[in-house]
Amino acid sequence: MLGKLSWAAIPFDQPIPMIASLLVMLTISAILLLFTWKGWWPYLWSEWITSVDHKRIGVMYILLALVMLVRGFTDAIMMRSQLALAAGGAQGYLPPEHYNQIFSAHGTIMIFFVAMTFMVGLMNFVVPLQLGIRDVAFPVLNSVSFWLTAAGVLLVNMSLVIGEFARTGWLVYPPLSELAYSPGVGVDYYLWALQISGAGTLLSGINLTTTILKLRAPGMGYMRMPIFCWTALASNLLIVAAFPILTATFAMLLLDRYLGFHFFTNEAGGNAMMYINLIWAWGHPEVYILILPAFGVFSEVIATFSGKALFGYRSMVIATMAICVLSFMVWLHHFFTMGAGADINGFFGIMTMIIAVPTGVKVFNWLFTLYGGRLRFDAPVYWALGFMVTFVVGGMTGVLLAIPPADFVLHNSLFLVAHFHNVIIGGVLFGAFAGYTFWFPKAFGFKLDERIGKAIFWCWFIGFYLAFMPLYILGLMGATRRMQHYDVAGWQPLMLVALLGAIVILAGIVLTGVQLVVSIRTRDQRRDHTGDPWNGRTLEWSTPSPPPAWNFAVLPAVNGLDPYWEAKKSPKSHRQNGPDLETIAVPRNSPIGFVLAFFAVMAGFALIWHIWWMAIAGLIGALMTILAHAWRVSDEVEYVVASQRQRAAI
Amino acid sequence: MSASSSTHSEVREIPVSERGPAPRNVVVSFGFWLFLLSDIVIFAALFAAFAVLSHETAGGPSGNDLFDRNRVLLETAILLASSFTCGLMSLAVEQRKLIPAAAWGAVTFLLGATFVGMELFEFHGMIESGARPDRSAFLSAFFTLVGTHGLHVSAGLFWLLVMFAQIATLGFRPMVLRRLRCFSLFWHALDIVWIGVFTIVYLGAH
Amino acid sequence: MSDVAGSYWRSGVLDPQGPVGAAQNTILLNATTIMLAVVIPVIVLTLGFAWWFRHSNARARYIPDWSYSGRIELIVWSIPAMVVLFLGGIAWVGSHDLDPGKQIASSAAPVNVQVVSLDWKWLFIYPDLGVASVNSLVVPAGVPIRFQLTSATVMNSFFVPQLGSQIYTMEGMTTRLNLLADKPGRYPGLSAQFSGEGFSDMRFVVDAMPQQAFDQWAANTRAAGGNLDEASYAQLARPSSAVASSTFGQVEQNLFNDIVNSNNPAPGTSPTGHHSTPSISDGT
Repeated sequence: MLGKLSWAAIPFDQPIPMIASLLVMLTISAILLLFTWKGWWPYLWSEWITSVDHKRIGVMYILLALVMLVRGFTDAIMMRSQLALAAGGAQGYLPPEHYNQIFSAHGTIMIFFVAMTFMVGLMNFVVPLQLGIRDVAFPVLNSVSFWLTAAGVLLVNMSLVIGEFARTGWLVYPPLSELAYSPGVGVDYYLWALQISGAGTLLSGINLTTTILKLRAPGMGYMRMPIFCWTALASNLLIVAAFPILTATFAMLLLDRYLGFHFFTNEAGGNAMMYINLIWAWGHPEVYILILPAFGVFSEVIATFSGKALFGYRSMVIATMAICVLSFMVWLHHFFTMGAGADINGFFGIMTMIIAVPTGVKVFNWLFTLYGGRLRFDAPVYWALGFMVTFVVGGMTGVLLAIPPADFVLHNSLFLVAHFHNVIIGGVLFGAFAGYTFWFPKAFGFKLDERIGKAIFWCWFIGFYLAFMPLYILGLMGATRRMQHYDVAGWQPLMLVALLGAIVILAGIVLTGVQLVVSIRTRDQRRDHTGDPWNGRTLEWSTPSPPPAWNFAVLPAVNGLDPYWEAKKSPKSHRQNGPDLETIAVPRNSPIGFVLAFFAVMAGFALIWHIWWMAIAGLIGALMTILAHAWRVSDEVEYVVASQRQRAAI
Repeated sequence: MSASSSTHSEVREIPVSERGPAPRNVVVSFGFWLFLLSDIVIFAALFAAFAVLSHETAGGPSGNDLFDRNRVLLETAILLASSFTCGLMSLAVEQRKLIPAAAWGAVTFLLGATFVGMELFEFHGMIESGARPDRSAFLSAFFTLVGTHGLHVSAGLFWLLVMFAQIATLGFRPMVLRRLRCFSLFWHALDIVWIGVFTIVYLGAH
Repeated sequence: MSDVAGSYWRSGVLDPQGPVGAAQNTILLNATTIMLAVVIPVIVLTLGFAWWFRHSNARARYIPDWSYSGRIELIVWSIPAMVVLFLGGIAWVGSHDLDPGKQIASSAAPVNVQVVSLDWKWLFIYPDLGVASVNSLVVPAGVPIRFQLTSATVMNSFFVPQLGSQIYTMEGMTTRLNLLADKPGRYPGLSAQFSGEGFSDMRFVVDAMPQQAFDQWAANTRAAGGNLDEASYAQLARPSSAVASSTFGQVEQNLFNDIVNSNNPAPGTSPTGHHSTPSISDGT
């Protein structure tokens, strides 16, 4: 009746996961109780859960990412403290079977549910506003995408309490992830959670690509698109082209595990090398899916706060699209040590370095955007400058790893771990926080606290260097990744420094929560009445903060790059010549995303535990939900609104 | 000529990219195109897996031992014919002719169902003879690639049934027309994938 | 004192003890130097520009519409392109010179070693000497070592940081690696590819000794006995971790090839009796 599920699945005998899950459940219950007590459910249901407004969905993505950042960071600090203790014969406090789950969960959560989710959230919120349109191409689908991501998040977190997570590393390389070596449910949790959230990501990619290519304000030709939209386009094209590879690869591994197929097994002709090729054919583009929108954020931030147009816009566009294409031709550099031969290794090494050219161009263009500007040192600028300084170091170590003979001694070492944290924290995470601080007043109508914002930056910046510079050195000393203990006592001092760095980052994360609370409580003093708190350049700043559900009462007419900046220079031309009143169709809310996610969690959980009747019930439920939606005849609700001119008069 | 055209250059035509948001049916078709592209990437990954594993028979039967090329040729003809009748259905739909649309839709459904039936028959025969997907990596890749295509065709058949119900209950309204257009894109895309399957899996068998 | 501190920082990859590691060390240092020549100025300029062009600096020129210069564009594309051209050359030449499969030129005849990664220990077979050892790799110093590597379990990576290049070991496949230890000494080795529960203890020691001592070791090992045949190999292949080093004075012919070809067993038979319970069976 319940498949493999029994009371034994709950780790009563392991204090750490039990306490962690108890805390999580207490927090969730407290939040649910608070909402019930305050009577917030109807509001949440109608304004957020069923909302198909891209701005609301973007905000929910980012909230989800911040929550998962806490979860992923908890894993990180446990790993750092374990390694600070487990030196020279000591075993630390986390046994391998637990430690191995922690680093697998850390990588999975940070990439898929923090970095990815944060970036998708930013793109969702910003892109339609920058394009001067009212919503994305498929608003209801957008809600479905978000809730499928949330379903994946829920499954990953359920593994904390019921059963276990994968113990195989975040990319579940076979044959280790095959049934013969990983008989537990951990890999199944990983696979189903990512299949479900991956479907959401793919749909979101299709949605945003269509939006950018087919829905732009009148006059906004391709070379008038804000640079963030270009980077979002490149990122979403990569999602459309790369995520199906992930889906297919995971499907093959699932068939191996569930039906005894032999794609990647050690027996009957299976080929694990193929998995490694396929997973990186997705995995390397994935890196650029994350970093390109961050590049876009920095471009917007540096140009805006310099009070100056982005230097070399055309070059930036070419560089972005070049990275987009090249990112598919470098995957083999993740396994130079497989023994593919000198010609193949040399080719992929050079292709990898070629990507450094457009990336270098971007750095130089940011540099020349600063030149001749009037830089205001608001919090987003701190993140941008911190990024430029940190990212070039990460780029440099990346090129080192791209030289095959150098990679032969650096591969899988802590040097590699330091490198990708250098680009993911110094690039993606700094970009996410820059964007969060930059667009927060647009979303909520008030600015975040500046002083705490800068303190958060310094915590992350100093914490990053303390935590990861020692790892570069340890990697060169021969320390490999994923070790649960080590016998060289001499490594311990550096491991302690790395732990100290993690604690400094912890302060930054705590301050992020403090900043939110303080800013919300003092929101009346920090209101943004103009809609343009930073003297912005692009169309999102021409709307009030927060923008109405329809964003623009009259679609703006665009005559060039940085249309709002130009409009502010000559106020007369900015006035709309459209009708005073216009009927605007805004899509009606829909619960389909939430309901589908419910059935997806049900089916996913059932498949993980081999509860076949429940899996079938979940799939039928999902199908019925889609069919019911297909007969919804009017999916738009109509508003009559004042034009911008009238609103300006009010 | 050139002089007269240059005098009119002030009333330059607005480039397509600057004309503002595209109409709904363009947006829907474009989005569905992107979905189909992503679907084809899934097939590309499965084709790659098949290419890598096609020699790994692990002492079990190979493609040459298993495939009946004449039957597969018939399957191919049936699927191509269904694509043709699907096109005729689309034409009838564009002209809002209910009876021909329903008739060609029914023919499309029958041809598609025959295709799926023949495929199931083939799979059944193979499994009966011991050529199960867990027998070898080659058979795993074969069943997955061909089976995924078959699942797509089956999903298409279900979709077609739903569209019959939608036409019957909702009529030819824009929403239904857009979905029918997407369906025909889907159906033709499956044809293209099948051409790949037929060539690489069956004709290329060794 | 400073010597102790120096040896602390110069360990592992930075303290190469053979030609492969030394060449890789040189590549690391050269490439880093070349890139620092660009990276350091970029960092300095970033901070310098940001500071000079700050809002409150009235002396800085403000040119809000300056957003294009053909000459600068040319420079910003050509600087990274030139660096990459240069490093690309290093990568291409280095890939060929230091290809793991390339034999090391030497007057001494190479020693063949067959490496098998097991759950969670290393088996080293000396096919020419007919002996084998577990978790201890004894080699003559100054003599090229020719490795053939495979795995009887999940993927691992054979790595001796001070000697250079690592290479994957994979079930059903053979990879090749050539290394040489210049001087006698003991160099730590490890698996650099996560392989499950006992991974952290999957370490071994490379004991490089003079040729005579090596010959003596081989003779002693043969004399000490122990036969690595099908039965004792099956025993050895059972999962265990933190295994003390041991030797076999006799090795069944073709054992390595049999391990490589053990893929494709008849369906239904289990591969090598894998752990269906996730606990470590012995050795801890």
